[in-house]
Amino acid sequence: MKSKRICLTAPYLVWSVGFIVLPLVIVLVYGLTNDNGNLTLANLAAIADPIHLSALGQSLLIAFGSTAISLIVCYPLAYILSRSHQSSRLVIMLFVLPMWINFMLRILALQMVLANTGIINTVLGFFGIPAQHLLYNRRAILIGMTYDYLPFMLLPLYNAMCRIDRDLIDAAADLGAGRFVIFRKIVLPLSMPGVISGIIMVFIPSISEFAIADILGGSKILLIGNVIEQEFSLTNNWHLGSGLSVVLMIFIFISMAIMNRRGESEVQAL
Amino acid sequence: MRSRGQKILERIYVVLIFLLMYMPIFILIVCSFNASKARSVWGGFTLNWYVSMFQDPDVMAAVRTSLLLTTSAAVIATVLGTLACVGMTVASRRFKKVLMSVTNIPMLNADIVTGIAIMLLFVRFWRLGFASMLAAHVTLGVPYVILNVMPKIEGMNQSTYEAALDLGATPAYAFRKIIIPDILPGILSGFLLAFTISLDDFVVTYFTKGAGINTISTMIYQQVRRGINPEMYALSTILFLLILLVLWAVNRIQAVQEGNGRRKEAAR
Amino acid sequence: MMKRKNRLRCSGILLAAALTAGICGCGAKTGENGESGASVQGAASGDKTLVVFNYGDYIDKETIRMFEEETGIQVEYEQYVTPEDMYTKYQAGAIPYDLICTSDYMIEKMISAGQVKKLDKSAMQYYDNLDPTYLKFCEAFDPGNEYAVPYFWGTVGICYNTELVDEKVDSWSILWDKKYTDEIIMENSMRDAFLVPLKLDGLSLNTTKPGDLNRALDQLKEQKSIVMAYMVDESRDAMIAGDAALGVIYSGDATAAIDANDRLAYVVPKEGSNIWFDCWFLPDSCQHEENALKFIDFMNREDIAAMNFDYVYYGTPNKAVYDKLDEETKADQTVFPSEEALSHCEVYSYLGAEMEEYYNRLWKELKAY
Repeated sequence: MKSKRICLTAPYLVWSVGFIVLPLVIVLVYGLTNDNGNLTLANLAAIADPIHLSALGQSLLIAFGSTAISLIVCYPLAYILSRSHQSSRLVIMLFVLPMWINFMLRILALQMVLANTGIINTVLGFFGIPAQHLLYNRRAILIGMTYDYLPFMLLPLYNAMCRIDRDLIDAAADLGAGRFVIFRKIVLPLSMPGVISGIIMVFIPSISEFAIADILGGSKILLIGNVIEQEFSLTNNWHLGSGLSVVLMIFIFISMAIMNRRGESEVQAL
Repeated sequence: MRSRGQKILERIYVVLIFLLMYMPIFILIVCSFNASKARSVWGGFTLNWYVSMFQDPDVMAAVRTSLLLTTSAAVIATVLGTLACVGMTVASRRFKKVLMSVTNIPMLNADIVTGIAIMLLFVRFWRLGFASMLAAHVTLGVPYVILNVMPKIEGMNQSTYEAALDLGATPAYAFRKIIIPDILPGILSGFLLAFTISLDDFVVTYFTKGAGINTISTMIYQQVRRGINPEMYALSTILFLLILLVLWAVNRIQAVQEGNGRRKEAAR
Repeated sequence: MMKRKNRLRCSGILLAAALTAGICGCGAKTGENGESGASVQGAASGDKTLVVFNYGDYIDKETIRMFEEETGIQVEYEQYVTPEDMYTKYQAGAIPYDLICTSDYMIEKMISAGQVKKLDKSAMQYYDNLDPTYLKFCEAFDPGNEYAVPYFWGTVGICYNTELVDEKVDSWSILWDKKYTDEIIMENSMRDAFLVPLKLDGLSLNTTKPGDLNRALDQLKEQKSIVMAYMVDESRDAMIAGDAALGVIYSGDATAAIDANDRLAYVVPKEGSNIWFDCWFLPDSCQHEENALKFIDFMNREDIAAMNFDYVYYGTPNKAVYDKLDEETKADQTVFPSEEALSHCEVYSYLGAEMEEYYNRLWKELKAY
């Protein structure tokens, strides 16, 4: 019976070999060769270049930041929504809905919200507060990324919290557990799978993000995503671009592995 | 259990985030009625963009392609991803780990890397067209399905399924009656995110599309250089309102059904 | 149970049927698109199709329709955002483009790589509509005008808000004035950013001397602290909104910006600048040479060129169109700068792969600074 069930992975297995592994091999081949087709590690070693290192650092900083902010914002939100019985699924959908407006239009609109002559500054001006430079700095990139990835954090958190058995909480409360203890001992551990999914879905894509940095950051901050994009589209140096991508991938895999081990031990500690 | 004050605070929090999320959307809707082509200047109220949008065959073609592509990609990704998750529950840890790592790749690669790699693949073995776009979009979507379904399956009580089998249910029946309802919210979220990713993607679509095919997204990007045609704001507004309507309708139907179910149960 | 199972199977079949229908539906649709695509691929030159690749929104679509009607040639119209995007897709060879319109330096790069076909000018009836002045400029990247036919041209200059800038703007040096801290927009592309300090120092924008370029980099680094943002296309909207006082932008964007906000003005600084050309050319992937030449020629025809000029409103190299313009349009310095201003302008030339890499390096250094 079990052996039959594993067959269900077959279609995806075939798919991932064809459209994930094979393209990955192409990237690897580019990353490990130079223009003359000779084998080289130079494209991987290029990450040690101070410029690339600083770009990687900036990317990590911003990815950590936006992941942390969206986790902090979404956790209470998901908790509140999962506790309220009345059509909370609809409310959740309402939070995802803005994502169905095209990315470019959304970010351009966000730019209009934050601009010197934008909505926020107009409102501030109304109260006599001088205009703030909200755009074209690291903070603007953080706001943009958080805005863009919020639903990717919210959905898994919400799903995980909905699964928490209410009776468990009630029982704990009946047995005299305080609110903090209930949170620490029941809600937090049981929502961990959702937290991990959310972190993965926000952190990973935001590391290679560059468009938000260009538009909201005024292109003043170089991210590793910008470097890779530039090597591919501007200089046509696919070898260097691929090499840096491979390094980035390895890097992310390692951090994921560390996080997964952490997450697993948390769950097991339950 | 919760105090009134806490409830109000919670309300305020939800509404506040809601407003922040919708502020840019509100601006776009305003832009769609703006007679001026420039975003930042108000040139008077007009409905012209809504009229001209429907008369523009290119816009309509892009809408058709987008909807077709996104829906099929999201459906295929959801089916593939869900099956894989269900299958993985009985797989060895090693196998699961490898497959999960592979799953993350399309998500962590910069879009341009994924896009160019898939383009090279298709150029080498086939040709660019709707199929290559579809393949690329499914690939982009599957990780999000798996990441949403997996926690649900892991949190699921396996013994119910085993019990059903012991009681004589066929695996397919037990699958449909026990596993699916249990993980349905995860599947729906996954579908939703896969749909979102596909609808939004520009870079991968650009590199994998065939000649003369446009999605809403590629169309908008191509206009950026010369100024976005406000028809795009009108289109976004209409799509947005449509989805809102569908959402509301589905929610109503569900509420009515649930109400009926409860009433029937009560009658019994 | 049995019944249930049947129902399940039925719904499964229905679902499958619906899916297949959906896929067939899309198959049929791509068939329409793909069919012409397929026939393009295995085609002889006698075919009635043409695959055109152009910048986004860079043509009056009506002219394509007219071309199809008059010649019976079916146009597959593809668009791209940047010349680099175009080159990547062209180079992959997935789509056999017959005719491409792109910018000067990219054409030169492709000519030097042997990826451009020579034009048969005798097949073009309206070639003489083109102004020799501009053809001469084009010789900088296409000696003898053998490969490219200019479509539109423009300059790079400073767009400024007369409400925020009191003084006379006529020099690049104003972009280093601390008075305008956080009010300056720079071009977010390598060559266009470097041209500013290079021209300010009285150098050629095609210089390949590392010393010159490094000095330019130092100037740009010094400037970075007072720059509000590096932008490409969004600069137009930021200028219109009054978010910035000064912006380095393309003349075409300046026209659109001034149109929306009449407090804006545009100037080509006295030290000179870049004059750019977007041209039609036949890539080596061209399989419908005759049709492509017909299309170029059609674009040069006076009425068609006039329609496109009205739509795009960039400088037209078409003398027949220019001569018929009213005096006010001719006097619009944003679209048609004075001869004096143009005399200091240079066309970018392709500096070779090595220099390209060097530039890229400097650019990254500036951004990471």
